[in-house]
Amino acid sequence: MISDATSPMTPVASFRLSMSGPGALLLDVAGETFSEDLQDRVHGLARAMLGVEGVSEAVPGMNNLLVVFDPLLVEPERVEDALLEKWPCIEPDPLAGQTVDVAVRYGGADGPDLEELAAHAGMSVAEVIERHTAATYRVAAVGAMPGFVYLSGLDPLLARPRRANPRGTVPQGAVMIGGAQAGIMPVTAPSGWHILGMTDLKLFDPKREPPATFRPGDRIRFVTESVQA
Amino acid sequence: MIEILSTGLPNTVQDEGRPGYLDAGVSLCGAMDRPALLAANALLNNKPSSAVIEVALFPFRLRFQAEMSFAVTGAVAPATLDGVPLPPWWTGHAKAGQELRIDPPARGARVVVAFAGGIDVPLVLGSRATDAKGGFGGLNGRGLKRGDRLAVGDAPAMRAREFGTVPDWLHEDWQVLRVLPAAEFDAFDADSLDRFFGEEWTVSADANRQGYRLDGGRLVRTTPRELFSHGIVPGTVQVPASGMPIIQLADANTCGGYPKIATVIEADLWKLAQAPVGAKLRFQEVTRAEGIAALRAQRDGLVRLREAVTLARR
Repeated sequence: MISDATSPMTPVASFRLSMSGPGALLLDVAGETFSEDLQDRVHGLARAMLGVEGVSEAVPGMNNLLVVFDPLLVEPERVEDALLEKWPCIEPDPLAGQTVDVAVRYGGADGPDLEELAAHAGMSVAEVIERHTAATYRVAAVGAMPGFVYLSGLDPLLARPRRANPRGTVPQGAVMIGGAQAGIMPVTAPSGWHILGMTDLKLFDPKREPPATFRPGDRIRFVTESVQA
Repeated sequence: MIEILSTGLPNTVQDEGRPGYLDAGVSLCGAMDRPALLAANALLNNKPSSAVIEVALFPFRLRFQAEMSFAVTGAVAPATLDGVPLPPWWTGHAKAGQELRIDPPARGARVVVAFAGGIDVPLVLGSRATDAKGGFGGLNGRGLKRGDRLAVGDAPAMRAREFGTVPDWLHEDWQVLRVLPAAEFDAFDADSLDRFFGEEWTVSADANRQGYRLDGGRLVRTTPRELFSHGIVPGTVQVPASGMPIIQLADANTCGGYPKIATVIEADLWKLAQAPVGAKLRFQEVTRAEGIAALRAQRDGLVRLREAVTLARR
Protein backbone atom coordinates (compact mmCIF):
# COMPACT_ATOMS: atom_id res chain seq x y z
CA MET A 1 0.00 0.00 0.00
CA ILE A 2 1.33 3.40 -0.95
CA SER A 3 0.39 6.21 1.35
CA ASP A 4 -1.34 9.17 -0.29
CA ALA A 5 -3.85 11.83 0.55
CA THR A 6 -6.82 9.52 0.08
CA SER A 7 -5.40 6.68 2.20
CA PRO A 8 -3.73 8.41 5.13
CA MET A 9 -1.50 6.18 7.22
CA THR A 10 -2.17 5.93 10.92
CA PRO A 11 -0.18 8.70 12.55
CA VAL A 12 3.06 7.37 13.98
CA ALA A 13 3.19 7.95 17.72
CA SER A 14 6.24 9.43 19.37
CA PHE A 15 9.24 7.18 19.68
CA ARG A 16 12.43 6.93 21.70
CA LEU A 17 15.76 5.82 20.25
CA SER A 18 18.46 4.68 22.69
CA MET A 19 21.78 2.85 22.69
CA SER A 20 22.12 -0.71 23.92
CA GLY A 21 25.89 -0.56 24.02
CA PRO A 22 28.06 0.37 21.02
CA GLY A 23 26.62 -2.35 18.76
CA ALA A 24 22.84 -2.19 19.29
CA LEU A 25 20.00 0.32 19.18
CA LEU A 26 16.55 0.14 20.73
CA LEU A 27 13.66 1.91 19.03
CA ASP A 28 10.73 2.13 21.43
CA VAL A 29 7.47 3.29 19.84
CA ALA A 30 5.17 2.19 22.67
CA GLY A 31 2.45 4.47 23.98
CA GLU A 32 0.47 3.91 27.16
CA THR A 33 -1.12 0.73 25.84
CA PHE A 34 0.00 -1.94 23.41
CA SER A 35 -0.95 -1.19 19.79
CA GLU A 36 -1.49 -3.96 17.22
CA ASP A 37 -1.09 -1.42 14.44
CA LEU A 38 2.28 -0.22 15.72
CA GLN A 39 3.32 -3.85 16.16
CA ASP A 40 2.60 -4.57 12.47
CA ARG A 41 4.87 -1.64 11.64
CA VAL A 42 7.55 -2.96 14.03
CA HIS A 43 7.54 -6.25 12.12
CA GLY A 44 7.80 -4.37 8.83
CA LEU A 45 10.70 -2.32 10.21
CA ALA A 46 12.45 -5.47 11.48
CA ARG A 47 12.35 -6.94 7.98
CA ALA A 48 13.57 -3.69 6.41
CA MET A 49 16.43 -3.28 8.92
CA LEU A 50 17.80 -6.76 8.17
CA GLY A 51 18.60 -5.39 4.71
CA VAL A 52 20.80 -2.61 6.12
CA GLU A 53 24.53 -3.26 5.75
CA GLY A 54 26.18 -4.48 8.96
CA VAL A 55 22.88 -5.27 10.73
CA SER A 56 22.93 -8.85 12.02
CA GLU A 57 19.72 -9.12 14.05
CA ALA A 58 16.40 -7.29 14.35
CA VAL A 59 14.50 -8.38 17.45
CA PRO A 60 10.87 -7.25 17.69
CA GLY A 61 9.66 -6.67 21.24
CA MET A 62 6.23 -5.38 22.30
CA ASN A 63 5.98 -2.13 20.32
CA ASN A 64 9.75 -1.83 20.16
CA LEU A 65 12.64 -3.10 18.07
CA LEU A 66 16.22 -3.99 19.02
CA VAL A 67 18.68 -3.81 16.14
CA VAL A 68 22.08 -5.47 16.56
CA PHE A 69 25.05 -4.65 14.32
CA ASP A 70 28.83 -4.88 14.25
CA PRO A 71 30.07 -1.36 15.06
CA LEU A 72 33.42 -2.21 13.45
CA LEU A 73 31.68 -2.89 10.14
CA VAL A 74 29.09 -0.11 10.08
CA GLU A 75 28.98 3.28 11.80
CA PRO A 76 26.19 3.29 14.40
CA GLU A 77 25.04 6.66 13.05
CA ARG A 78 24.21 4.96 9.74
CA VAL A 79 22.01 2.41 11.48
CA GLU A 80 20.36 5.24 13.43
CA ASP A 81 19.71 7.16 10.24
CA ALA A 82 18.21 4.06 8.61
CA LEU A 83 15.89 3.53 11.60
CA LEU A 84 14.74 7.15 11.72
CA GLU A 85 14.31 7.29 7.96
CA LYS A 86 12.36 4.05 7.63
CA TRP A 87 10.15 4.18 10.74
CA PRO A 88 7.79 7.04 9.79
CA CYS A 89 6.99 5.57 6.37
CA ILE A 90 7.25 1.84 7.03
CA GLU A 91 4.49 -0.34 5.61
CA PRO A 92 2.68 -2.43 8.18
CA ASP A 93 3.60 -6.09 7.76
CA PRO A 94 0.56 -7.91 9.13
CA LEU A 95 2.32 -11.30 8.72
CA ALA A 96 -0.77 -13.30 7.89
CA GLY A 97 0.42 -16.22 10.00
CA GLN A 98 -1.23 -19.41 11.18
CA THR A 99 -3.99 -19.81 13.76
CA VAL A 100 -3.40 -22.57 16.31
CA ASP A 101 -5.67 -23.94 19.03
CA VAL A 102 -3.79 -24.64 22.25
CA ALA A 103 -5.43 -27.13 24.64
CA VAL A 104 -5.09 -26.14 28.32
CA ARG A 105 -5.59 -28.05 31.55
CA TYR A 106 -6.72 -25.25 33.87
CA GLY A 107 -6.33 -25.09 37.64
CA GLY A 108 -5.28 -27.58 40.28
CA ALA A 109 -1.60 -28.43 40.39
CA ASP A 110 -1.36 -27.40 36.71
CA GLY A 111 -2.60 -23.87 37.43
CA PRO A 112 -1.51 -22.86 40.95
CA ASP A 113 -2.33 -19.15 40.46
CA LEU A 114 -5.76 -19.53 38.86
CA GLU A 115 -7.83 -19.07 42.02
CA GLU A 116 -5.76 -16.16 43.30
CA LEU A 117 -5.97 -14.44 39.91
CA ALA A 118 -9.76 -14.92 39.90
CA ALA A 119 -10.08 -13.50 43.42
CA HIS A 120 -7.90 -10.54 42.48
CA ALA A 121 -10.01 -9.88 39.38
CA GLY A 122 -13.20 -10.20 41.43
CA MET A 123 -14.67 -12.99 39.35
CA SER A 124 -15.17 -16.74 39.48
CA VAL A 125 -12.61 -19.24 38.20
CA ALA A 126 -15.12 -20.22 35.51
CA GLU A 127 -15.34 -16.64 34.32
CA VAL A 128 -11.54 -16.31 34.17
CA ILE A 129 -11.38 -19.42 31.99
CA GLU A 130 -14.25 -18.16 29.85
CA ARG A 131 -12.53 -14.84 29.26
CA HIS A 132 -9.14 -16.50 28.73
CA THR A 133 -10.53 -18.85 26.05
CA ALA A 134 -12.77 -16.24 24.41
CA ALA A 135 -9.92 -14.10 23.08
CA THR A 136 -7.84 -14.65 19.96
CA TYR A 137 -4.25 -13.85 20.82
CA ARG A 138 -1.58 -12.53 18.52
CA VAL A 139 2.07 -13.58 18.78
CA ALA A 140 3.53 -10.08 19.15
CA ALA A 141 7.08 -11.27 19.69
CA VAL A 142 9.10 -14.42 20.29
CA GLY A 143 11.83 -14.09 22.86
CA ALA A 144 13.14 -14.08 26.40
CA MET A 145 13.50 -17.86 26.33
CA PRO A 146 13.86 -20.18 23.32
CA GLY A 147 10.46 -20.09 21.58
CA PHE A 148 8.64 -18.07 24.27
CA VAL A 149 5.63 -16.23 22.83
CA TYR A 150 4.53 -12.80 23.99
CA LEU A 151 0.80 -12.78 23.29
CA SER A 152 -1.27 -9.65 22.87
CA GLY A 153 -5.05 -9.69 23.04
CA LEU A 154 -5.51 -10.58 26.71
CA ASP A 155 -8.83 -9.49 28.23
CA PRO A 156 -7.80 -6.37 30.23
CA LEU A 157 -9.81 -7.65 33.23
CA LEU A 158 -7.35 -10.57 33.49
CA ALA A 159 -4.25 -8.37 33.52
CA ARG A 160 -2.20 -8.63 36.68
CA PRO A 161 1.30 -7.31 37.49
CA ARG A 162 4.05 -9.95 37.70
CA ARG A 163 4.65 -11.65 41.03
CA ALA A 164 6.84 -9.70 43.45
CA ASN A 165 8.97 -12.83 43.87
CA PRO A 166 9.54 -14.82 40.67
CA ARG A 167 9.34 -18.61 40.98
CA GLY A 168 12.71 -20.36 40.66
CA THR A 169 11.26 -22.95 38.29
CA VAL A 170 8.14 -22.85 36.16
CA PRO A 171 7.55 -26.00 34.09
CA GLN A 172 7.58 -26.22 30.30
CA GLY A 173 4.01 -25.86 29.01
CA ALA A 174 2.80 -23.45 31.73
CA VAL A 175 0.08 -21.11 30.39
CA MET A 176 0.60 -17.74 32.05
CA ILE A 177 -0.34 -14.10 32.48
CA GLY A 178 2.21 -11.36 33.15
CA GLY A 179 0.94 -7.79 33.23
CA ALA A 180 -1.23 -7.25 30.17
CA GLN A 181 0.47 -10.09 28.29
CA ALA A 182 -0.25 -13.79 28.00
CA GLY A 183 2.41 -16.43 27.40
CA ILE A 184 3.40 -20.09 27.36
CA MET A 185 6.61 -21.51 28.89
CA PRO A 186 8.70 -23.20 26.17
CA VAL A 187 11.27 -24.61 28.62
CA THR A 188 11.41 -25.11 32.38
CA ALA A 189 12.88 -21.90 33.77
CA PRO A 190 12.33 -19.16 36.38
CA SER A 191 9.39 -16.80 35.80
CA GLY A 192 7.42 -14.16 37.66
CA TRP A 193 4.23 -14.68 35.64
CA HIS A 194 0.99 -16.15 37.02
CA ILE A 195 0.25 -19.76 36.06
CA LEU A 196 -3.32 -20.58 34.97
CA GLY A 197 -2.78 -24.06 33.53
CA MET A 198 -0.65 -26.37 31.41
CA THR A 199 -0.44 -27.39 27.75
CA ASP A 200 1.41 -30.29 26.11
CA LEU A 201 2.22 -28.21 23.02
CA LYS A 202 5.98 -27.99 22.40
CA LEU A 203 7.08 -24.46 21.49
CA PHE A 204 10.72 -25.05 20.67
CA ASP A 205 12.91 -27.73 19.12
CA PRO A 206 16.56 -26.90 18.40
CA LYS A 207 16.70 -29.69 15.81
CA ARG A 208 14.12 -27.85 13.66
CA GLU A 209 14.73 -24.93 11.35
CA PRO A 210 13.24 -22.61 12.34
CA PRO A 211 13.47 -23.87 15.92
CA ALA A 212 10.50 -21.90 17.29
CA THR A 213 6.93 -23.20 16.71
CA PHE A 214 5.42 -19.74 16.42
CA ARG A 215 6.42 -16.68 14.49
CA PRO A 216 5.39 -13.11 15.22
CA GLY A 217 1.97 -12.51 13.67
CA ASP A 218 0.64 -16.02 14.34
CA ARG A 219 -2.66 -16.31 16.23
CA ILE A 220 -3.42 -18.53 19.20
CA ARG A 221 -6.72 -19.57 20.77
CA PHE A 222 -6.76 -21.34 24.11
CA VAL A 223 -9.30 -24.17 24.40
CA THR A 224 -10.29 -25.94 27.61
CA GLU A 225 -9.00 -29.49 27.87
CA SER A 226 -9.94 -29.85 31.54
CA VAL A 227 -10.61 -27.79 34.67
CA GLN A 228 -9.50 -28.82 38.14
CA ALA A 229 -10.61 -27.20 41.36
CA MET B 1 39.73 -37.58 22.83
CA ILE B 2 39.93 -36.17 26.34
CA GLU B 3 38.40 -37.54 29.53
CA ILE B 4 37.07 -35.32 32.32
CA LEU B 5 38.39 -36.44 35.75
CA SER B 6 37.14 -33.65 38.09
CA THR B 7 34.60 -30.98 37.27
CA GLY B 8 31.28 -29.36 38.18
CA LEU B 9 28.21 -28.52 36.11
CA PRO B 10 29.19 -24.81 35.73
CA ASN B 11 31.99 -26.05 33.45
CA THR B 12 30.70 -26.15 29.90
CA VAL B 13 31.67 -26.48 26.25
CA GLN B 14 31.56 -23.00 24.68
CA ASP B 15 32.50 -21.22 21.49
CA GLU B 16 31.79 -17.77 20.02
CA GLY B 17 28.09 -18.30 20.72
CA ARG B 18 24.87 -18.67 18.76
CA PRO B 19 23.95 -15.37 17.09
CA GLY B 20 21.15 -15.13 14.54
CA TYR B 21 18.29 -16.54 16.61
CA LEU B 22 17.58 -13.71 19.06
CA ASP B 23 14.14 -13.30 17.44
CA ALA B 24 13.38 -16.94 18.28
CA GLY B 25 14.37 -16.35 21.91
CA VAL B 26 17.68 -18.21 21.66
CA SER B 27 20.33 -16.68 23.94
CA LEU B 28 23.75 -15.84 22.53
CA CYS B 29 25.63 -18.05 25.02
CA GLY B 30 29.31 -18.57 24.11
CA ALA B 31 32.41 -18.01 26.22
CA MET B 32 31.91 -15.38 28.94
CA ASP B 33 35.51 -14.24 28.37
CA ARG B 34 35.39 -13.95 24.60
CA PRO B 35 38.88 -12.47 24.07
CA ALA B 36 40.31 -15.35 26.16
CA LEU B 37 38.49 -17.81 23.86
CA LEU B 38 39.76 -16.05 20.75
CA ALA B 39 43.30 -15.85 22.15
CA ALA B 40 43.34 -19.55 23.11
CA ASN B 41 42.21 -20.50 19.60
CA ALA B 42 44.76 -18.12 18.10
CA LEU B 43 47.57 -19.74 20.15
CA LEU B 44 46.59 -23.09 18.59
CA ASN B 45 46.00 -21.82 15.03
CA ASN B 46 42.38 -22.97 15.50
CA LYS B 47 39.46 -21.28 13.82
CA PRO B 48 38.15 -18.45 16.04
CA SER B 49 34.91 -20.40 16.40
CA SER B 50 36.53 -23.63 17.68
CA ALA B 51 34.89 -24.97 20.83
CA VAL B 52 36.68 -24.93 24.18
CA ILE B 53 35.95 -25.80 27.80
CA GLU B 54 35.02 -22.87 30.03
CA VAL B 55 36.03 -23.74 33.60
CA ALA B 56 34.28 -21.88 36.44
CA LEU B 57 34.46 -24.57 39.12
CA PHE B 58 37.78 -25.88 40.42
CA PRO B 59 39.78 -28.06 40.72
CA PHE B 60 39.31 -29.15 37.14
CA ARG B 61 41.20 -32.21 35.89
CA LEU B 62 41.27 -33.94 32.53
CA ARG B 63 43.31 -36.70 30.91
CA PHE B 64 44.57 -36.54 27.34
CA GLN B 65 43.81 -39.81 25.57
CA ALA B 66 45.84 -38.79 22.54
CA GLU B 67 48.83 -36.54 21.91
CA MET B 68 47.70 -32.98 21.25
CA SER B 69 48.48 -29.30 21.69
CA PHE B 70 46.35 -27.31 24.13
CA ALA B 71 46.11 -23.76 25.48
CA VAL B 72 45.01 -22.31 28.82
CA THR B 73 43.85 -18.67 29.00
CA GLY B 74 41.41 -16.51 30.95
CA ALA B 75 41.73 -16.35 34.74
CA VAL B 76 45.23 -16.56 36.23
CA ALA B 77 45.05 -20.01 37.83
CA PRO B 78 47.64 -22.60 38.86
CA ALA B 79 47.76 -25.15 36.03
CA THR B 80 49.93 -28.27 35.89
CA LEU B 81 50.60 -30.96 33.29
CA ASP B 82 51.47 -34.15 35.18
CA GLY B 83 52.44 -31.96 38.13
CA VAL B 84 54.70 -29.62 36.16
CA PRO B 85 53.47 -26.01 36.49
CA LEU B 86 52.46 -24.10 33.35
CA PRO B 87 52.63 -20.30 33.08
CA PRO B 88 49.31 -18.46 32.58
CA TRP B 89 48.09 -17.77 29.02
CA TRP B 90 50.22 -20.65 27.79
CA THR B 91 50.06 -23.24 25.03
CA GLY B 92 51.66 -26.63 25.61
CA HIS B 93 51.83 -30.09 24.15
CA ALA B 94 50.54 -33.17 25.94
CA LYS B 95 51.22 -36.83 25.35
CA ALA B 96 48.52 -39.47 25.59
CA GLY B 97 47.83 -40.32 29.23
CA GLN B 98 49.03 -37.00 30.68
CA GLU B 99 46.81 -35.14 33.15
CA LEU B 100 46.01 -31.42 33.09
CA ARG B 101 44.96 -29.95 36.43
CA ILE B 102 43.67 -26.42 37.09
CA ASP B 103 43.20 -25.10 40.62
CA PRO B 104 41.14 -22.10 41.80
CA PRO B 105 42.34 -18.85 40.20
CA ALA B 106 44.58 -16.43 42.01
CA ARG B 107 43.01 -13.72 39.86
CA GLY B 108 39.81 -13.96 37.86
CA ALA B 109 37.04 -16.54 37.82
CA ARG B 110 36.92 -18.41 34.50
CA VAL B 111 39.62 -20.37 32.69
CA VAL B 112 39.46 -21.28 29.00
CA VAL B 113 40.98 -24.63 28.03
CA ALA B 114 41.33 -25.07 24.27
CA PHE B 115 42.59 -27.99 22.17
CA ALA B 116 44.19 -27.99 18.72
CA GLY B 117 41.34 -28.87 16.37
CA GLY B 118 38.66 -27.77 18.83
CA ILE B 119 36.14 -29.85 20.77
CA ASP B 120 34.04 -31.85 18.35
CA VAL B 121 30.43 -31.80 19.52
CA PRO B 122 27.52 -31.42 17.08
CA LEU B 123 26.62 -27.98 15.77
CA VAL B 124 23.16 -26.96 17.00
CA LEU B 125 21.71 -23.90 15.27
CA GLY B 126 25.17 -23.11 13.98
CA SER B 127 27.09 -23.27 17.27
CA ARG B 128 28.68 -25.75 19.68
CA ALA B 129 28.04 -23.54 22.72
CA THR B 130 26.14 -25.07 25.64
CA ASP B 131 22.71 -23.51 26.17
CA ALA B 132 22.01 -24.88 29.65
CA LYS B 133 18.65 -23.10 29.92
CA GLY B 134 17.46 -24.46 26.57
CA GLY B 135 19.10 -27.83 27.22
CA PHE B 136 20.93 -28.04 23.88
CA GLY B 137 24.37 -27.46 22.42
CA GLY B 138 27.69 -28.41 23.99
CA LEU B 139 27.69 -31.93 25.42
CA ASN B 140 24.01 -32.95 25.50
CA GLY B 141 22.97 -29.44 26.51
CA ARG B 142 24.48 -29.67 29.99
CA GLY B 143 27.58 -28.94 32.04
CA LEU B 144 30.45 -31.42 32.20
CA LYS B 145 30.46 -34.41 34.54
CA ARG B 146 33.27 -36.64 35.74
CA GLY B 147 33.82 -39.45 33.22
CA ASP B 148 32.61 -37.42 30.21
CA ARG B 149 34.69 -37.97 27.09
CA LEU B 150 34.99 -35.28 24.46
CA ALA B 151 36.20 -35.81 20.92
CA VAL B 152 38.68 -33.31 19.54
CA GLY B 153 38.71 -32.33 15.85
CA ASP B 154 41.60 -32.71 13.45
CA ALA B 155 44.39 -30.34 14.42
CA PRO B 156 45.72 -27.79 11.97
CA ALA B 157 49.15 -28.78 10.63
CA MET B 158 51.70 -26.90 12.76
CA ARG B 159 54.83 -27.34 14.84
CA ALA B 160 54.27 -28.39 18.45
CA ARG B 161 55.68 -25.50 20.49
CA GLU B 162 55.38 -24.19 24.02
CA PHE B 163 54.92 -20.45 24.44
CA GLY B 164 52.64 -17.86 25.99
CA THR B 165 51.26 -14.37 25.57
CA VAL B 166 50.20 -11.43 27.70
CA PRO B 167 47.52 -9.45 25.78
CA ASP B 168 47.40 -5.68 26.29
CA TRP B 169 43.89 -5.66 27.70
CA LEU B 170 44.99 -7.69 30.74
CA HIS B 171 46.89 -4.57 31.88
CA GLU B 172 43.63 -2.60 32.18
CA ASP B 173 41.92 -2.15 35.54
CA TRP B 174 39.82 -5.31 35.91
CA GLN B 175 37.44 -3.49 38.27
CA VAL B 176 36.41 -0.67 35.95
CA LEU B 177 33.50 -1.35 33.63
CA ARG B 178 33.04 1.21 30.89
CA VAL B 179 29.38 1.82 30.09
CA LEU B 180 27.13 3.74 27.72
CA PRO B 181 23.88 5.21 29.04
CA ALA B 182 20.85 3.07 28.16
CA ALA B 183 17.18 3.83 27.52
CA GLU B 184 16.07 4.72 31.07
CA PHE B 185 19.34 6.41 32.17
CA ASP B 186 17.67 9.83 32.45
CA ALA B 187 14.79 8.43 34.50
CA PHE B 188 17.06 7.91 37.54
CA ASP B 189 17.42 10.71 40.06
CA ALA B 190 20.69 12.63 40.38
CA ASP B 191 21.65 10.91 43.65
CA SER B 192 21.20 7.51 42.05
CA LEU B 193 23.36 8.43 39.07
CA ASP B 194 26.04 9.76 41.45
CA ARG B 195 25.95 6.49 43.36
CA PHE B 196 25.96 4.41 40.19
CA PHE B 197 29.22 6.00 39.02
CA GLY B 198 30.70 6.94 42.39
CA GLU B 199 30.32 3.85 44.51
CA GLU B 200 31.82 0.40 44.48
CA TRP B 201 29.47 -2.43 43.57
CA THR B 202 29.96 -5.96 44.82
CA VAL B 203 29.22 -9.12 42.84
CA SER B 204 26.62 -10.94 44.95
CA ALA B 205 26.34 -14.72 45.35
CA ASP B 206 23.49 -14.51 42.81
CA ALA B 207 25.88 -14.55 39.86
CA ASN B 208 26.07 -16.99 36.98
CA ARG B 209 26.29 -17.07 33.19
CA GLN B 210 22.81 -15.53 32.90
CA GLY B 211 23.69 -12.46 34.90
CA TYR B 212 25.12 -10.95 38.08
CA ARG B 213 23.11 -9.25 40.79
CA LEU B 214 25.16 -6.48 42.39
CA ASP B 215 25.13 -5.34 46.02
CA GLY B 216 25.57 -1.66 46.82
CA GLY B 217 23.40 1.43 47.00
CA ARG B 218 19.80 1.52 45.86
CA LEU B 219 18.99 3.18 42.54
CA VAL B 220 15.73 5.10 42.32
CA ARG B 221 13.80 6.24 39.27
CA THR B 222 12.04 9.59 39.39
CA THR B 223 9.59 8.65 36.66
CA PRO B 224 8.55 5.04 37.02
CA ARG B 225 7.01 3.78 33.82
CA GLU B 226 5.97 0.18 33.17
CA LEU B 227 7.93 -1.07 30.20
CA PHE B 228 6.82 -3.55 27.60
CA SER B 229 9.12 -6.49 26.97
CA HIS B 230 12.03 -5.57 24.73
CA GLY B 231 15.20 -7.13 23.34
CA ILE B 232 18.34 -6.91 25.47
CA VAL B 233 22.03 -7.62 24.88
CA PRO B 234 24.78 -9.02 27.16
CA GLY B 235 26.12 -6.16 29.28
CA THR B 236 22.71 -4.58 29.88
CA VAL B 237 22.52 -3.16 33.42
CA GLN B 238 18.91 -3.49 34.56
CA VAL B 239 17.41 -1.97 37.69
CA PRO B 240 14.33 -3.82 38.98
CA ALA B 241 12.00 -2.35 41.60
CA SER B 242 14.38 -3.43 44.39
CA GLY B 243 16.84 -0.79 43.12
CA MET B 244 19.69 -3.33 43.04
CA PRO B 245 21.27 -3.59 39.58
CA ILE B 246 21.51 -6.81 37.56
CA ILE B 247 24.00 -7.14 34.70
CA GLN B 248 22.71 -9.46 31.98
CA LEU B 249 25.40 -11.73 30.50
CA ALA B 250 26.05 -14.44 27.88
CA ASP B 251 23.15 -16.75 28.79
CA ALA B 252 20.72 -13.87 29.47
CA ASN B 253 17.15 -14.02 28.23
CA THR B 254 16.85 -12.33 24.85
CA CYS B 255 14.05 -10.04 26.09
CA GLY B 256 13.47 -8.33 29.40
CA GLY B 257 11.10 -5.87 31.00
CA TYR B 258 13.17 -4.04 33.61
CA PRO B 259 14.44 -0.47 33.21
CA LYS B 260 17.98 -0.21 31.83
CA ILE B 261 20.38 2.34 33.29
CA ALA B 262 23.44 1.50 31.17
CA THR B 263 25.20 -1.10 29.01
CA VAL B 264 28.71 -2.38 29.67
CA ILE B 265 30.72 -2.07 26.46
CA GLU B 266 31.52 -5.33 24.67
CA ALA B 267 35.28 -4.80 25.14
CA ASP B 268 34.81 -4.96 28.95
CA LEU B 269 32.49 -7.96 29.23
CA TRP B 270 35.53 -10.20 29.87
CA LYS B 271 36.08 -8.29 33.14
CA LEU B 272 32.68 -9.50 34.33
CA ALA B 273 33.55 -13.05 33.26
CA GLN B 274 36.60 -12.73 35.50
CA ALA B 275 34.81 -11.10 38.49
CA PRO B 276 34.19 -13.75 41.17
CA VAL B 277 31.53 -13.46 43.88
CA GLY B 278 32.60 -10.64 46.20
CA ALA B 279 34.57 -8.78 43.54
CA LYS B 280 34.33 -4.97 43.65
CA LEU B 281 33.36 -3.18 40.46
CA ARG B 282 33.00 0.42 39.32
CA PHE B 283 31.13 1.92 36.41
CA GLN B 284 32.67 4.59 34.19
CA GLU B 285 30.74 6.44 31.51
CA VAL B 286 32.35 6.58 28.07
CA THR B 287 31.21 7.73 24.64
CA ARG B 288 30.10 5.31 21.96
CA ALA B 289 33.23 6.18 19.96
CA GLU B 290 35.39 5.22 22.95
CA GLY B 291 33.49 1.95 23.31
CA ILE B 292 34.09 1.12 19.66
CA ALA B 293 37.76 2.13 19.87
CA ALA B 294 38.24 -0.23 22.83
CA LEU B 295 36.69 -3.08 20.87
CA ARG B 296 38.86 -2.32 17.85
CA ALA B 297 42.02 -2.27 19.99
CA GLN B 298 41.11 -5.65 21.45
CA ARG B 299 40.41 -7.20 18.04
CA ASP B 300 43.65 -5.70 16.65
CA GLY B 301 45.52 -7.29 19.57
CA LEU B 302 44.06 -10.66 18.64
CA VAL B 303 45.06 -10.20 14.99
CA ARG B 304 48.66 -9.44 16.08
CA LEU B 305 48.60 -12.52 18.33
CA ARG B 306 47.55 -14.70 15.40
CA GLU B 307 50.37 -13.28 13.27
CA ALA B 308 52.92 -13.95 16.01
CA VAL B 309 51.65 -17.51 16.49
CA THR B 310 51.90 -18.22 12.76
CA LEU B 311 55.58 -17.21 12.88
CA ALA B 312 56.27 -19.17 16.06
CA ARG B 313 54.69 -22.34 14.73
CA ARG B 314 56.27 -22.16 11.28
